[in-house]
Amino acid sequence: MSERIREKLAILADAAKYDVSCASSGSKRKNDNKGLGNTGNGICHTYTSDGRCVSLLKILLTNFCIYDCAYCVTRKSNDIQRTAFTVKEVVDLTISFYRRNYIEGLFLSSGIFKNADYTMERLVRVAKELRLEHKFNGYIHLKTIPGASDELMKEAGLYADRLSVNIEIPTESGLKLLAPDKDRKDMIQPMNFIKQEIIQNKNEIKLFKKAPLFVPAGQSSQMIIGATKETDQDIMYTANSLYKNFNLKRVYYSGYVPVSHDSRLPSFDSAVPMLRENRLYQADWLMRFYGFHVKELLNTETPHLDLDIDPKLSWALRNPNQFPIDINKADLQMILRIPGIGVQSAQKIVSARRFQRLNWENLKKLGVALNRAKYFITCNSTEFERRNLSSMQIKQYILASSSSKYLKSNVAQLQLF
Amino acid sequence: MISSPFDPMTILIYDGTWYGLLSCIFDVYEYKLKKISVTTKELFQPDAFSKTHEVFTSPANAERVLKGLSKKLSPTGMASIYSCHLSELPEMASVIIRYARLLFSSGISEKAYGNPDVLKIAQVAKKVGRERHRMKAFIRFRLTQDDIYYATIEPDFNVLPLIVSHFKNRYADQKWLIYDTKRSYGVYYDLHTTEEIQLDFAENPEKPTDTNIFAENEEQYQTLWKNYFKHVSIDSRKNTALHLRHVPKRYWKHLTEKQV
Ligand code: SF4
Repeated sequence: MSERIREKLAILADAAKYDVSCASSGSKRKNDNKGLGNTGNGICHTYTSDGRCVSLLKILLTNFCIYDCAYCVTRKSNDIQRTAFTVKEVVDLTISFYRRNYIEGLFLSSGIFKNADYTMERLVRVAKELRLEHKFNGYIHLKTIPGASDELMKEAGLYADRLSVNIEIPTESGLKLLAPDKDRKDMIQPMNFIKQEIIQNKNEIKLFKKAPLFVPAGQSSQMIIGATKETDQDIMYTANSLYKNFNLKRVYYSGYVPVSHDSRLPSFDSAVPMLRENRLYQADWLMRFYGFHVKELLNTETPHLDLDIDPKLSWALRNPNQFPIDINKADLQMILRIPGIGVQSAQKIVSARRFQRLNWENLKKLGVALNRAKYFITCNSTEFERRNLSSMQIKQYILASSSSKYLKSNVAQLQLF
Repeated sequence: MISSPFDPMTILIYDGTWYGLLSCIFDVYEYKLKKISVTTKELFQPDAFSKTHEVFTSPANAERVLKGLSKKLSPTGMASIYSCHLSELPEMASVIIRYARLLFSSGISEKAYGNPDVLKIAQVAKKVGRERHRMKAFIRFRLTQDDIYYATIEPDFNVLPLIVSHFKNRYADQKWLIYDTKRSYGVYYDLHTTEEIQLDFAENPEKPTDTNIFAENEEQYQTLWKNYFKHVSIDSRKNTALHLRHVPKRYWKHLTEKQV
C-alpha cells in the first residue's frame, strides 16, 4: 500500500491545509462502548513550522473539482496532479494515526466530483464507517458541500462532531467576482438547516437522554482574507452576523495565500496578510469573550483595525473618557476592557481583591502587563500616571516599551492583550 | 502557630513520597513542632545545631491529612498540592507544609494570591499542569509485535500519574505501555486495569528501542505521519520562534515527526 498512499496523502494534505480551522474541542463524546477514543477539550498534538496547531488529520477526499473558484488551488483550471482516496483508505489512516496518539480525529473536506450529493455521500460514508464499524469516538469534522441535500446533511450531523460551511469570501460581491459558479444562498441555507437541527436535537435530548447527538461541537465557517478588497469592517460584520444568526461556534479568518496569477487576485508574490489576520482574531475574541460589540471596534470612522496595536488598546485610546479604572472597585466587565489584562488575570484580580487591596506589585504577580495597563488604571498605591497624556503619547510610550513585540510582522500569537 | 526566635528548628526527614509528605504534616501537629524545615533521607546532611525528626510514612495518617485538607480546599486546590509534590522541586515540600499550616490555622483561602506560598502553589501547579497537558499531546505510541502500543517519555516533572486516566479512557480497546525512562518506571494497561511496572533493560537484550520488536507496519505509519507533518506546513507563513515555543526542543527526542 505504502507508496501509493504516501503520494495521495501528500497531495490531499497539501490541498487541505489552506482551511485553517483545527479545533477539536466542544464535543464530549465519551468512550463508553469500550471502543476507541473520546473527545474533550481538544489537544494540539504537534505544531507546524509556522506554529499552527495540528490536532486533526486534515485531508481532502479528492482534489478533483468541477468548480473553478479563483482563490483555490483545487480549482478546475489549475494544472495540478489530481487524485482521490477511497473511503477505506481514509478510515484506515484515521484509525492508525489515532491509535498512535498523533491526532484527535479527522477533518475531511473535498473537491466536488460529479455533483454535490455524490461527493457528500462519500464524506458521510467515511464518518459512518468510523463510528459504526470501528466504534470510533474521536473527533470528526466534515466540511459540507454546498448544495448537498438535506437528508445527507442530516446524516452527516449524526456522525460528525462538527460541520462547517465555508462562507469563503466576506462580501457577496467578492464571491460573485471570484467564484461565479457559487451562490451565497447555497451557503446560508445549509447553515440555517444545521442550526435548526441542532436546536431540535437539544430539545430532544432534554426529553430523552438517549437521543442521538447531532453535531455536538456545533458548526463553524471560514473566510479568506485579502483575496478581494473588503474592509475589516465588512469582515467582522459578516462574522458577527454568522455568530448571531446561526449560532456559529467559530469563524476562522484565513489570510489569502497566493495560488494563482489571476488578474482578479493579489499578485502571486504578495505576502500572506498574517498580521491583519491576527488582528481579526483578536477582534473576534474581544467580541466573544470580552463583551465588546462589533460596532465599538469597527465602524464607518474606523473601517480597519490598527495594524501596529491590538484592537483593545486601540479602543481604549479612542475612549479616554472611560479611564482610569480603579482595579479594586471596577466590575469584571470593565476590568476586561483594560489593555494589558487578559481574561485570566481579570478573574484573578476579582478573586484576589476580596482578601486584600491590590497594589502594583500584586498586579504584576497576577500576570498583568503593566507597561500597557499602567496608563489606564489606579490601584492601592499613591503612585499612578499623573501626567495628562494624550492618546497619541500613550500609544507612542507603549510602542516604545514593547517595540519588538508589536513591530515584527510575523506576530502570529493571540495572547497580545 | 507562632514561633519565637528561641524555638529550636526541627528538621523533618521523610522518604520523598506523597504519603511521606502528608505524614510530615501530620507529625507537625502531633508533635506540636513549630519552626521546621524538611528534607528527604537522600538529601539529608546532619549538622550539629538542629534537632531532627524522622517521619514514619503512615498511610492512615496521610489519609487523615488529606481528609482535613479536602475540607479546606476545592477539588482543584487538592489537585494543585498533589501536582506541586509531583514537580519534585526541592523547595516544594516546605512550601506545601507551610501552606497546609496556613490552611489549618488561619483558614486562608486558596485564592489569596497576595500570600507568597498560596501564589507559589498556584504557579507550580500551573507549570506541572502545562507539562501534563503536553504529555497528553506529545506521547507517540509505536505498535510492538505483541500488540502493545509503546511510548517512552522523559518529562521535566513526574507527570505520568497525572495522565494515566486520560490514556485509559481514550485507548480502552488497545494495550499500551508508557515508560518514563528518566525515572525508570512505567504504566501498563492490559485492556482491564493499569499497573505500575519497571522494565529491566540490562537483563533484557531486546530493548524496546530496538526496531526488531515493532510490528511489521509500524514504520510505514511513522513515515506516513512524518510525511503528513511535512505537507501541512505553509512555507510562506514559516514562524520558527512560535513553533519552538509550542514544541520545545527537549521534547523532540520522543516525537515521531521530529525524527529524520
Ligand atoms: S468548489 Fe471548493 S474545492 Fe472546488 S474550486 Fe471551489 S473552493 Fe476549490
